[in-house]
Amino acid sequence: MKEYFNNIFTALYTIFVGMKITFRHLFIPAVTIQYPDVKLKLPERERNRLYVNMDDCIGCDQCSRACPVSCIEIETVKSIPGEDLGKTSNGKKKVLWVTKFNIDFAKCCYCQLCVFPCPTECIYMTDVYEFSEYERENLIYDFVTLTPEEREQKKLNYEKFMAEKAAADAAAKQAPKEEPKKES
Amino acid sequence: MIYEFFNNLFGSEIIAGFIAASLPLLIFILPFALIAVLLERKVAGHMQDRLGPMRVGYHGILQTVADIIKLLQKEDIIARDNDKLLFNIAPILVFAGSYAAFAAIPFTSAYIGANIDLGIFYIIAVTGLVVAGILMAGWASNNKYSLLGAMRSAAQIVSYEIPTILVVLTLVMFTGTTNLMTLSENQTALFWNWNIFGGPELSLAKFLLIPFMIIAFLIIYISTLAEVNRTPFDIPEAESELVSGYHTEYSGMKFAMFFLAEYANMFAVSAIVSALFFGGYHSPFGYLGNTLDIQWLIPVEQFFWFTFKGVFFVFVQMWLRWTLPRLRVDQLMTASWKYLIPIAFVNLLIVGIITLI
Repeated sequence: MKEYFNNIFTALYTIFVGMKITFRHLFIPAVTIQYPDVKLKLPERERNRLYVNMDDCIGCDQCSRACPVSCIEIETVKSIPGEDLGKTSNGKKKVLWVTKFNIDFAKCCYCQLCVFPCPTECIYMTDVYEFSEYERENLIYDFVTLTPEEREQKKLNYEKFMAEKAAADAAAKQAPKEEPKKES
Repeated sequence: MIYEFFNNLFGSEIIAGFIAASLPLLIFILPFALIAVLLERKVAGHMQDRLGPMRVGYHGILQTVADIIKLLQKEDIIARDNDKLLFNIAPILVFAGSYAAFAAIPFTSAYIGANIDLGIFYIIAVTGLVVAGILMAGWASNNKYSLLGAMRSAAQIVSYEIPTILVVLTLVMFTGTTNLMTLSENQTALFWNWNIFGGPELSLAKFLLIPFMIIAFLIIYISTLAEVNRTPFDIPEAESELVSGYHTEYSGMKFAMFFLAEYANMFAVSAIVSALFFGGYHSPFGYLGNTLDIQWLIPVEQFFWFTFKGVFFVFVQMWLRWTLPRLRVDQLMTASWKYLIPIAFVNLLIVGIITLI
């Protein structure tokens, strides 16, 4: 009998204790962060999407070789004499046209290993982490600033220059052969 | 009152009856359900230190409107092996059961759907339709979880009806009337005249009655909470065990009907509790209309107080929902048969003896 009334008392008492707690929580400010409107500050060394500053890129291919999953593809074309490619921000002279610089973010594992070898610090991690796509092809980013026509043009220029150089070399090779004949 | 007014206006009993019957639905239950659903989600959110809906309108105030539009557009799915007839009738029956209860609830001294002498018993009887509807829904869904939920719900409603009726009986014995209008009318003027404070007559019995009235109030509040299937008595809809109980198989508007019936029921039981114990539509401090001598202001004030009391008890129901965990089936039955019913009986006897003295 004593237990019976004890049960009733405990039940009612504990309900009121619980209600007091929930009522207090009604006025505690919410901890919700309304994500797309409000974003949490990222940690200092967070690793997200890569970015390549093509003004500084010298086309040295070191990032591509450092990449453990081979997600960076680089093709370069030598510049022909007389073309001025400018200098990088830390004073290196650029000598290569970069005609292809693709990073496939579907493959990228965000290890940051490509960032360290870069001699001009032109490839680095940004704080962008919202870049989901519906098509996997859209995750292949092309960083080259040249238009497709310009890239073709550079290749052609170089081929033409090489052809001219080869022709000149061939001419130069023949000329010394002929000269001794004249002399002799 | 309202019925006679429309009868005079249109000169047709059918139109007048139709309008008088749909009035509480259109001007009260639908807006109330809209607000209560939002209130529930907001209260739930803030009690858990969240924000609740925030994106539709300012602080999410249009969320329920958006939900209703979504429900209206949804496909009405009826599975192949459902019992089509029962499946379609069930939501209508459940809603009709909870809506019919509003007929006998006095909203103000000027408006009551039907001024029935057996008002409170009518409400208890007609809400029995809800049990039938729930059982139908569970059975016709042809789904084991729905059936389990429906059976649990029926068992729960039937066993908790007993303490409810015992407390109602206590009140009927004390006031000598079953008409909700008269019941509210008796508790007029100040809050000291409410039944929870021992009724309007000033005597020794009034003070003796107060503790027993409070016990009676607690019993009826707990048992009505169980009758509307709210936490901590929500095993019929226990999400973690039964998906969502008897309305698992329903979609679109039929689901919305169940939802509307649930919220209408919540308000109905709160209104009954406030009519029985807290003076119904009466203001606790007298009326502004009386002091300013504006007669039409009084029903407006009464409507405000009635809604305020109802919404307050609905809020307490939500508050309890986010405080207490769900009861097990055996605990549920223990609470009803071993605790509420004996206490209600003893309370009935004591109140009877005190009233006789």
